[in-house]
Amino acid sequence: MPDAPLAPRTPPSASPPPSPRAPAAPGALLSVRDLRVAFGALEVVRGLSFDVRPREVLALVGESGAGKSLTARALLGMLPRGTTTSGSVRLRDAPGSYAELVGATRPALAALRGRRIALVPQDALSALSPVHPVGDQLAAAVRSVDGVSRSQARARAVAALDRVGIPDAARRARAYPHEYSGGMRQRAVIAMATINEPDVVVADEPTTALDADLRDQVLRVLGEQREAVGAALVLVTHDLGVVRGHTDRVLVMYAGRQVEQGPTRRVLDRPRAPYTAGLLASLPPADSEDGEDGPAGGAPRPGGSGRRRRLPALPGTPPVPDALPPGCAFAPRCPLAEDRCRREEPGPWTVGDGHEVSCHRWDDVPYPATELFLERPA
Amino acid sequence: MNQHTALLDVRDLVVRYGAVTAVDHVSFTVDAGETLALNGPSGCGKSSTVAAVLQLRRPENGSVRFEGRELTTLSERELRPLRPRMQPVFQDPYGSLSPRHRIRDAVAEPLRVQGRWDAAGPARVAALLDRVGLDPAYGDRFPHELSGGQCQRAGIARALASEPRLLVLDEPVSALDPSVRAGVLNLLADLQDDLGLAYLFICHDRAVVRHFADRAVEMRGGRLVPA
Ligand SMILES: Nc1ncnc2c1ncn2[C@@H]1O[C@H](COP(=O)(O)OP(=O)(O)OP(=O)(O)O)[C@@H](O)[C@H]1O
Ligand SMILES: Nc1ncnc2c1ncn2[C@@H]1O[C@H](COP(=O)(O)OP(=O)(O)OP(=O)(O)O)[C@@H](O)[C@H]1O
Ligand code: SF4
Ligand SMILES: [Mg+2]
Ligand SMILES: [Mg+2]
Repeated sequence: MPDAPLAPRTPPSASPPPSPRAPAAPGALLSVRDLRVAFGALEVVRGLSFDVRPREVLALVGESGAGKSLTARALLGMLPRGTTTSGSVRLRDAPGSYAELVGATRPALAALRGRRIALVPQDALSALSPVHPVGDQLAAAVRSVDGVSRSQARARAVAALDRVGIPDAARRARAYPHEYSGGMRQRAVIAMATINEPDVVVADEPTTALDADLRDQVLRVLGEQREAVGAALVLVTHDLGVVRGHTDRVLVMYAGRQVEQGPTRRVLDRPRAPYTAGLLASLPPADSEDGEDGPAGGAPRPGGSGRRRRLPALPGTPPVPDALPPGCAFAPRCPLAEDRCRREEPGPWTVGDGHEVSCHRWDDVPYPATELFLERPA
Repeated sequence: MNQHTALLDVRDLVVRYGAVTAVDHVSFTVDAGETLALNGPSGCGKSSTVAAVLQLRRPENGSVRFEGRELTTLSERELRPLRPRMQPVFQDPYGSLSPRHRIRDAVAEPLRVQGRWDAAGPARVAALLDRVGLDPAYGDRFPHELSGGQCQRAGIARALASEPRLLVLDEPVSALDPSVRAGVLNLLADLQDDLGLAYLFICHDRAVVRHFADRAVEMRGGRLVPA
C-alpha cells in the first residue's frame, strides 16, 4: 500500500457555479463546461466540466451506464438522433482562441473530426465498414485530410497498423474486418483514429480486448503522439491499472454526474467519494509478478476444491436514469449515507490541489477508503 | 481414474481460414462445475477455438464431445436441441443480441424456444436481468439504446435463460467497470456452486483469471503451449 498524502484539513471551498461561459483554464486544449446530454426530457449526462491541457491524459471512469460513452461522443458532436446537448465544448484552434463545438454546424464539425479531434468508439466493429479492406479504410482516412498520393496513403496505413502491433501489417492491410480477431479490430480502429495526428483523441474503452503487453504498446502509440504534437487524450476506461499507469487526471462519474475529479494518484490513493472507494474495493487481488501458483500459471488454484472468495461488490444496482433518487444518486448504496444525502445534491467542493469531490461526507471517508466496503462478518 | 467423462472433451481441433491455420490440433477438457481459462495473446486463436467448440464454425479436423456426444458429425438439426445446453457470450457486447429485438424478448427467446414460456415467464426475465445488475426497466430497450456494459450483461442474462450446462464466455466482463464486474463474477460463481455450471472462460485480465478459474491452458499461434 503506497503512502497516501493526507488531504489538508481545510474546509472545502465551494466551486463557482458551473456556467457554459466560464473561461477555459489557461492553456487548455479542450475545455468542457456544464455539458449535458438528454434523451427528450431525460438527462443522462448532467453537467460535466473539465479541461484537458496539451500532453495531458484525462481518464473518465465510472459505473456502467453512467454516461461515459455519451460524454465521449458529445465531445465530437457525434450523438445518436433524438439527443440534445447543452453546455460548452471548446477546442483550441490558436493560442487564446477556441472553436465552440456544441451547436456547431455539420460541415464545421466534419472539418474538425479526424484532423483536430478524433474518436475511438467503444464498439470497434461499428467504426469499420465490413465491405472494404482495413488498409483501404485507413488510407481513405489519410487522403480525406491530406492530399497525398494513393501509394503514400497506403504506406501510411500499413505503418499505422504496424505501430499498433498488427503482425505482418502489409498483408493484413488487405484483409477485411471480419478476418481480424477482436483485439486486432480494436487496434485497427485506434490506428485509424490517430492516423492524422489529431490534437485531441477521445478513446472509449480502447484496450478491453488486449492483454497487458499490447495494452501498453497501444497506449504508448497514443503517448508518442502526445509528445510529438502536444496532443491530449481523453481515455474512457474500466481498467484502473491503465488509469494509474497512463493518466494524469481522473474524473469519476456516477449516474451522469461527476462524483470526484483530480490528479490520478491523489484520487486513487486517497479517494474522497465513497463511490470511488467502492470501485477500488471491487478489484480482484492484484496480479503478482512471479505468476506463482494461480491458474494463470497453469496450476490449480491453491486450496483445491475450496470455493473462491467472493469479490466485494457494491450492494444494489445502479439507478435507472428516469428514476434517480433525490439528493445524492449514490445514497441508496452508500454506507455513509445520512438524511442530508437524500435531500441535497452534494458539491462539488474543492478539497485540495485540483481535487474536487461531490460528497457531503467526503471528510469521513476512511483511509484506506476500501474499508467502507469490506464484507464484515455479521 | 479415467472412468469419468468430461462435460466437454475437445481433441485435435483444427480451424483453417484458407491457407491460414488459426487453431492447430488443440485438445482440452472441461468438467462439470469447473472453470477452464483459455489464455493467450491477441490473434492466437481463442475465439476461433470457441466458435468451433460450439459448432458455429465447423472445424476442419478434430473431435468435440459434449455430454458424451460427438458434435462434429451432427447435422444442424440434430444440434439444435443441444444448443441451449452450451451457450456463448461473445466478445463483442452488441454481437450477442439481435439489433431488432427488445432486451426483454431477447432474454425470453430461449424460454420460448424450449417451450418453457408460461405465466411466470415475464417474472423470470425480470429476475434474470436483475441478477446481472440490470434494472428490469431496461427490458423495453433495444440493444443500441444500452451502454456497452449494459448490453454485455443483457447477453449474459440471455445465455443463462436457457439453463445451460456449459457457458462459453469470450471476454464476458471486459466492458464492465470493476464493481459491476465483481457482481457478475460473483453471480457466475454462485451459479457454478449451486447448479454445477461449467465455464470455458476467455479473459485477458490475469488478475480476474487468477481469481475466477480453476485451471488454465495457454495458446500461442494456434497451439496449446505449456503454461
Ligand atoms: N440511444 C439511447 N436511447 C436511450 N438511452 C440511451 C441510449 N444510449 C444510451 N442510453 C442510456 O444512457 C445512459 C448512459 O449510456 P452510456 O453509453 O454513456 O454509458 P457508459 O458510461 O458508457 O456505460 P458503459 O461503461 O457500460 O459503456 C445509460 O443508462 C444508457 O442506457
Ligand atoms: N473469418 C476469418 N477469416 C480469416 N482469418 C480469420 C478469420 N477469423 C479469424 N481469423 C484469423 O485467425 C487468427 C485467430 O483469430 P481469433 O479471433 O481466434 O483470435 P483470438 O485469440 O480470439 O484473438 P483476440 O484476443 O484478439 O480476440 C487471427 O490471425 C485472425 O486474423
Ligand atoms: S453524499 Fe452522502 S450518499 Fe452521497 S456519496 Fe456522500 S455520503 Fe454517500
Ligand atoms: Mg460506454
Ligand atoms: Mg477473440
